[in-house]
Amino acid sequence: MTIFDKLSLYLQYPFVQYALIVGTLIALCSSLLGVTLVLKRFSFIGDGLSHVAFGAMCLAAVFNFTNDMPVVLLITIIAAILLLRTGNNTKIKGDAAIAMISVSSLAFGYLLMNLFSTSSNLSGDVCSTLFGSTSILTLNQTEVWLCVVLSILVVGAFIFFYNKIFAVTFDENFAKATGTKADLYNLIIAVIIAVIIVLAMNLVGSLLISALVIFPALSAMRVFKTFKGVTICSAVISVVCALLGMVISILAGTPVGSTIVAVDLAGFLLFSIIGMIR
Amino acid sequence: MALLTCQNLSLGYDGKTILSDLNFTVEPGSYLCIVGENGSGKSTLMKTLLGLMPPVSGQILTGDGLTQNQIGYLPQQTDAQKDFPASVWEIVLSGCQSRCGLRPFYNKAEKERARAAIERLHISNLSGRCYRELSGGQQQRVLLARALCATETLLLLDEPVTGLDPKASADFYQMIEELNREDKITIIMVSHDMQAALQYASHILHIGHSVFFGTKEEYQKSDAGRFFTPEGGDKR
Repeated sequence: MTIFDKLSLYLQYPFVQYALIVGTLIALCSSLLGVTLVLKRFSFIGDGLSHVAFGAMCLAAVFNFTNDMPVVLLITIIAAILLLRTGNNTKIKGDAAIAMISVSSLAFGYLLMNLFSTSSNLSGDVCSTLFGSTSILTLNQTEVWLCVVLSILVVGAFIFFYNKIFAVTFDENFAKATGTKADLYNLIIAVIIAVIIVLAMNLVGSLLISALVIFPALSAMRVFKTFKGVTICSAVISVVCALLGMVISILAGTPVGSTIVAVDLAGFLLFSIIGMIR
Repeated sequence: MALLTCQNLSLGYDGKTILSDLNFTVEPGSYLCIVGENGSGKSTLMKTLLGLMPPVSGQILTGDGLTQNQIGYLPQQTDAQKDFPASVWEIVLSGCQSRCGLRPFYNKAEKERARAAIERLHISNLSGRCYRELSGGQQQRVLLARALCATETLLLLDEPVTGLDPKASADFYQMIEELNREDKITIIMVSHDMQAALQYASHILHIGHSVFFGTKEEYQKSDAGRFFTPEGGDKR
């Protein structure tokens, strides 16, 4: 059987189709705010928030919620707002606050799982939450729709606030001094990030999320020189790498999350070389 | 009526007062230089005037219907900006942001405004270029064009020539003087470049151990002025 036969056979299964749709959407969303986060020196907020989401997921698992998405989403959004707020003017600075919240929720989540879990395969569950699991291949129709709706909201919000996000990212003080409501837009950025993180956990797991957010933006920044160019390019890179990663992982039987990240890394190296040659 | 009046203004942060009982006024069309030693609170004063920081006590009164979105600001450059992937056009246009309100995109008038600001500062040839690849002097002009998009009344500049070579600094001061004289834009500049302050400013606010506010001529005769300008001032 050739590779193409194998692929077309797999593509007939609805769960593979779902995975590809959801994976593409998540990749698209997660790349959008990458540029902003990298430039605001918030590259690690993805990591921090995804660990919070991990803690929230453990909490939901302990209480046996059948659909944990709303709870996880709510807790993550609150954490995102708190984190961006501490970035401004508190005793604990942004990076320290992120580190603190992220390790605490990771530890707390695992602790909860250990104490109260009813599952027979505890380390398996934890591992799949951390590194992304086969869960992308076991999505049901409701989850796919939820993901589609959230993605549309994220992309819509990003386009609507695009110019404001640019102004606040490039120069927050100038924006504030000239009367733009920078705090409000920072809040919106925080909420969008939180939604993206929760979505992306399904795909690559909570340890690898930063890669999905940061790599496409970094790759695009090697080559493109306008904000618009970088944003569009990083969206394209992200979608292409995610699709490629998923196809490879289906064909070769490798874990989805780490394959996608590996492809993202390869993409970054490629763009770095192109950037150096130009 | 004065554009800006500070009455018994005290400023500081984290509950610490670093400057107290500041009184000065800025008349429309004047060119005020704020000078003083390092750490005397120049930047804090700037942030307070811009409303980025609340004053500890006292008040800042604005006249002539000056509102927040008529202030142009040229901040000191941050590290993040130095490798920011954005074109000159995108950056200048972002100066119009406060005019947009909730509207997501820029309209024709705002784009026209940005184009005019770019032409005013003679950087039309840079419009499509990437900001991070420009020289320091060119970058300052871009940020100045952005500030012009935000105002036609009052421009606040925070140590604008830091890191520029002498030629670029001179060009930049020339540009500011033109904006002040020809476009009647009021200038407030924080600077440690005493020579330039004495050359271009109409008023001087000296803060630090001794506080002085007055015209340039008064300053040169004052104790604070004599101390910092050993020969007794302007030798043009």
